[in-house]
Amino acid sequence: MTEAGASSLRRPRGPVSLLGRRRRAAGLLLLIALLSAAATLSISVGARAIPPPEAWRVLFSPDGGEASVIVRELRLPRTLLGALVGLALGVAGVLMQSHTRNPIADPSLLGVSQGAACAVVVSVFTLGVTTLSGYVWFAIAGALLSSIVVFALASGGSRGPTPVTLVLAGAAMTALLTGIISGIVLLDERSLEVFRFWRIGSLAGRPTDVLWQVLPFLLAGGVLAVANAPGMNILALGDDVATALGQRIRRVRATGVLAIALLTGAAVAAAGPIGFVGLMTPHLARAIIGPDHRWIVPYAALLGAAIVLFADVVGRVFAGSGEVEVGVVLAMVGAPVFVALIRSRRLVSL
Amino acid sequence: MTDSPARPRPAAPKRRRSLRLGPLTLLWRTRPLLVALCVFAVLVVAFVRALLSFDDYPMGSADVVRTLVGGGDSGETFVLFTLRMPRALTAALVGAALGLAGAIMQSLTRNPLASPDTLGVTWGASVGAIAVIILGGSTGQVSGLVSRLGVPVGALVGGVLVSMVVFGLAWSSGLESTRLLLVGVAASLFCSNLVYWAMSWTQVQEASRAQTWLTGSMHAADWDRVGPAALALAVLLPLSLAAAHALRALTLGDDSARGLGVRVERARLLLLLIATLLACVAVSAAGPITFVALAAPQIALRLCKLAQPPLVTSALLGSALTLAADQIAAGLFTVSLPVGVFTAVLGAPYLMYLIVRRHREHHL
Repeated sequence: MTEAGASSLRRPRGPVSLLGRRRRAAGLLLLIALLSAAATLSISVGARAIPPPEAWRVLFSPDGGEASVIVRELRLPRTLLGALVGLALGVAGVLMQSHTRNPIADPSLLGVSQGAACAVVVSVFTLGVTTLSGYVWFAIAGALLSSIVVFALASGGSRGPTPVTLVLAGAAMTALLTGIISGIVLLDERSLEVFRFWRIGSLAGRPTDVLWQVLPFLLAGGVLAVANAPGMNILALGDDVATALGQRIRRVRATGVLAIALLTGAAVAAAGPIGFVGLMTPHLARAIIGPDHRWIVPYAALLGAAIVLFADVVGRVFAGSGEVEVGVVLAMVGAPVFVALIRSRRLVSL
Repeated sequence: MTDSPARPRPAAPKRRRSLRLGPLTLLWRTRPLLVALCVFAVLVVAFVRALLSFDDYPMGSADVVRTLVGGGDSGETFVLFTLRMPRALTAALVGAALGLAGAIMQSLTRNPLASPDTLGVTWGASVGAIAVIILGGSTGQVSGLVSRLGVPVGALVGGVLVSMVVFGLAWSSGLESTRLLLVGVAASLFCSNLVYWAMSWTQVQEASRAQTWLTGSMHAADWDRVGPAALALAVLLPLSLAAAHALRALTLGDDSARGLGVRVERARLLLLLIATLLACVAVSAAGPITFVALAAPQIALRLCKLAQPPLVTSALLGSALTLAADQIAAGLFTVSLPVGVFTAVLGAPYLMYLIVRRHREHHL
């Protein structure tokens, strides 16, 4: 628990708590500023560097020049997509870690990423789908299907899904799908050819259609996640206490899992399984803001978006001629940062 | 992470029989013992079946017995001692090592997701092995000893190095399990992305070989790989059984363990080292066989109806699962797929079934 979270819990209601809320809102503004900086970098940095003032100018008043075309048709969609993917994965990570009470849970745990991956591989193997916007529908369908199956498996009994059954059913589903994927890509070289690039996770070369395809799912997932936040606060007290307080555990869990599936499924469909952001962002957000999910969710959303955009920019800067995929950059840069964060403070237990 | 109990147990405590040997007291539990015996029987059947009919070479059971005692012709001797025996032994030993390592890691961290995959061991080993496969493959320079031992040695070195880094980074006046898990997952993600990235740069044939290794495969099984695995298991299994009391105490929490007279930090480090070494040796022999380390302990504890995974039964189950999966892998398709495909396809539905069935029991 961070100092801010602990002390604000002890404080009585009144002007003092209002001050805490103001500070949290100020933090939110700070994160918005950070995200804007990341977005500005993202539209100005690249193979052809465009200075930020010019990038902003051509963004709002296109003059038909080269810079204008690059910014409006290549970098703006990519930046929007990156921000949305990061936002979705950050929020889905919070939900996943809270609902499973497991600090190493990431959004892919319920078989969501592997469901999407499996659907993509199967679509290549059986139907010969070859376009990115073609994969999107399969990926979303696969992600939703596998998370529904996992939730149904985990919630067979009278008490509904518990953290342990959710984790185990998710891990079993992930392993099963991994096995199937391995089998297919080893039998069929063409599938491996597609899969080995798809699974790294990248924002490069995504047509603008992809953005519109995944947007409705992201919006629905986001709304559900925000609605889920108060329920998660009560579930954090434990299932028994939450039941005693009149919380309908099964409904809260179902909402959470649906939100995770929508957010992660859409993000993975658009950009491939970007691993690190969903694990790291919730810990970062909790370290900043404390245990209240009504604040963690927006913080994680902004942080996730900023992290993905920064990673994407770094990948474009350091690669020289080509570029390093955002998933790789996130793992290479994110892992050391994350370890430093873990070492520097007491962890918030879930 | 513990499962909250469904409803309060009836008050009268059952009297448990126990065996007393001087200072030692062993609880007599019928069900876990029966489960262990059954799993052992399955393991023996799978092993015998592997020796009898692994490939198309025609050998009856009488021929196999004759060859085992030294009376076979050269073809039979070759098939039995160079092809079938090392492969079956590798599968059995590697499965046992992974099951045991998973059981120790899950108990220590009290987290069902803890396994060599999440603590960085597997992916560290993968970096080593894939480096050998890709660098060796594209230059075409490797031959002889390097091509035979390069991949397992690379995996062993990578696994040990990365686990040491994880322990070092997670250490801060002790190994707290949440921190250890988080550092382990970070290291795993780091290494796995490195591997995926490398695989996207190579020729698709090398990527395919790398993918085979990553799934876990018995194709390259020979006596060179049986030896280290057998040695590791022979040393580390008794050690882990000797530390089983401390492990059980640690699952109650550090304070309770201290109260029971366990030196908490020392015991935890020792157990972690045992589990890590087991996993490293297993992964270097056959690659990171999917799911065994996670599933075997969870299936074992559900079959035995215990709160924590039993060590020996987990090892036996891992062994039986891997052997059975390897036979399916060798026999089902004309193109033989790696064993890791089938450990997941066999193990995952069974674990799901156990999860669902336990719910039904609660429901009644």
